[in-house]
Amino acid sequence: MLLGPSLVVSAVLFAIGTTGVLLRRNAIVIFMCVELMLNAVNLTFVAFAQQLGTAGQIFVFFVMAVAAAEAAVGLAIVLAVYRHKETVDLNHINLLKG
Amino acid sequence: MNLVWLVPALPLVGFLVNGTIAFTRPRAKWLVSTVGVGVLLASFVVAVMVARGLALAHAEAPVVFRYWDWIPVGSLQISYALQVDQLSAVMMLVVTGVGSLIHIFSVGYMHDDQGYARYFAYLNLFVFFMLTLVLGANFPVTFVGWEGVGLCSYLLIGFWFSEKVNADAGKKAFIMNRIGDFGFLVAMFMIWQHTGSLDYTTVFAQAPTVLTVGSGTATAIALWLFLGCTGKSAQIPLYTWLPDAMAGPTPVSALIHAATMVTAGVFLVARANVLFALAPIAQGVVAGVGALTALFAATIALKQWDIKRVLAYSTVSQLGYMFVGVGTGAMAAGIFHLATHAFFKALLFLGSGSVIHAMHHAYHATHAHDDAQDMRNMGGLSQFLPWTATLMWIATLAIAGIPPFAGFFSKDEILGAAFARGGAQPIWYVFWGLGLFAALLTAFYMTRMMLYTFHGPNRTGAREQVHLHEAPWVMTAPLVVLGLLSLVGGALNLPELVGGNAWLHHWLEPVTAAGAGIVPAHELSHYTEWVLIGIAVTVAAGGIVLAMRALDLTALVPARAAPAETGIGKILNKKWYVDELYDTLFVRPVVWVSRTVLWRVVDVGIVDGAGVNGSAAVSRILGWLGSRLQTGELGFYVTVFVLGVVAVLFRALK
Repeated sequence: MLLGPSLVVSAVLFAIGTTGVLLRRNAIVIFMCVELMLNAVNLTFVAFAQQLGTAGQIFVFFVMAVAAAEAAVGLAIVLAVYRHKETVDLNHINLLKG
Repeated sequence: MNLVWLVPALPLVGFLVNGTIAFTRPRAKWLVSTVGVGVLLASFVVAVMVARGLALAHAEAPVVFRYWDWIPVGSLQISYALQVDQLSAVMMLVVTGVGSLIHIFSVGYMHDDQGYARYFAYLNLFVFFMLTLVLGANFPVTFVGWEGVGLCSYLLIGFWFSEKVNADAGKKAFIMNRIGDFGFLVAMFMIWQHTGSLDYTTVFAQAPTVLTVGSGTATAIALWLFLGCTGKSAQIPLYTWLPDAMAGPTPVSALIHAATMVTAGVFLVARANVLFALAPIAQGVVAGVGALTALFAATIALKQWDIKRVLAYSTVSQLGYMFVGVGTGAMAAGIFHLATHAFFKALLFLGSGSVIHAMHHAYHATHAHDDAQDMRNMGGLSQFLPWTATLMWIATLAIAGIPPFAGFFSKDEILGAAFARGGAQPIWYVFWGLGLFAALLTAFYMTRMMLYTFHGPNRTGAREQVHLHEAPWVMTAPLVVLGLLSLVGGALNLPELVGGNAWLHHWLEPVTAAGAGIVPAHELSHYTEWVLIGIAVTVAAGGIVLAMRALDLTALVPARAAPAETGIGKILNKKWYVDELYDTLFVRPVVWVSRTVLWRVVDVGIVDGAGVNGSAAVSRILGWLGSRLQTGELGFYVTVFVLGVVAVLFRALK
């Protein structure tokens, strides 16, 4: 049921997320773009789960759990970085280099 | 005969015990003397028993004792085995007998030395290796002994290593012997390649069937073996180490560099007489090199002032005689001269040791710094050292070849054999002539040495004279024994011409028969033999008389006031500049190549530059390139990551 349109939507979402990660410099925005990519993948899973059984839905729960953990840790790091450097612009966060 | 393993084992035990004492209780001299001399005497007694057993058994073939498998590799089966036959019995008796006397002499000579225990440890080790050399039943076992005596020679030449010149002399001996050992090794490889064995019995039985007489292979094997002999036995071109080896203690010169080790080459040729008999050209080379060395070394001995150097060149010269003997195919004559030479040359060296001992003590007592070995500082010593003088005169007459002393018979036999072979190959007449001329020079320089040392006015110095005295009995007693042997040693092989039975010749026949069967002996008529003896005795007596007439004993001055040599005398005194020639031809080029090419180009440039520093530079560059990738820019990482994912997907889905 509506597999093709679902996949198109998730692909578009994934592309938007990727482009955002690549182009934006604000850590929070990049973070949200990553979430967008994860949810694009989730959409793909549930779309396929319609036809191939419930395994895809289980995966979606896993992804949600991991994304929640990631959000908690990631936002905490961003907050810590902001306290330290008073910015979340990635162009200014480049201390680790060879 | 079953006890033969004890003969080398006893000196080895002596080495271990004395070596331990040298480290733990270096002052326990009585213990060192007891062990050091005791094991040698015991070894001599066992050697006599073994030789007696061999004589009673009338063994025609060698008696081989195998103790353990040493190198069992495929078809190469080498066991540690000793061989008792007539040749090794003679050598064993000479080594342990003369060795015992020299050990006893050393007790007195080295008594005040700091390294007394170390000295006896080395000396015992030397005897062990020398016995391994002569008793070995195959080439590798002999080679172990061959290398071992070289090691001990090195250790004992450089015994007083705190002076650089002594250590250098040791190195010189060792390096020149390496050149010879290379020849020995190549010969072993070739022997194994062609006969498939290295056991003496097998090789000598196989050789006549697999090698044709005069073939290139047989000649090559014999010549490579002979190269080893020139190194060990100090023949042209590898003889220059032996005179320098006099840097060691005098009993060492007597034992190693006169009586035993340097005769190993002669022994090896006699041992491998079959291989040499198969190669007539090699025989000519052996005899020719021997004759040339005999003459060449004798000329140098004419103008040396150091008493030990005269004897050293005399040894080189006499070894040349032995090679004329074994090269001619007269193995018994060569071994006979080896034995008599061991007697009278050991006596001469020990006598010179006694002289040096007295001179050294005299100079030591007055705190003078003159050379205790320079004959210009001696003169008239016979009144202070009557025993030594008398005994050394016996040895001098023996080496000069005056009948009935030992050297006369052995030298005459060698010259006779060379002359006899001249009937078939005229070149041997030349060798005979060279030998005869060398005999003249031998008589001359030995008389010169005796006159300068023991006769004429004394030049030691008025204050020193009162301190000159005969050595203790422990040193003179071995001299007396050796003097007796020099006197009657000729009886070992009294020629049939004068009513003897050529005992040594017949005794050695089981060993030499195989080689003698290939090269038939050349007989001389009794008339010719008498003429040859007449010529030889005339030449020897002529040399002695000439020296007595020509030398002016009153004109000599002590070494420090002596004028420089001129003309031919200077050339002889400088040993024909052979050392300088070798220095220019070999040593300097090698040093130059080492320094400029091997050091600055190969070591600094290639090994250090390209190898060590080069690999470090390459990894540093690679590391720098890698570190450029880590920019710290998250955007860059993500871009690369996405591009990577795209590339992988593209590759996977294509």
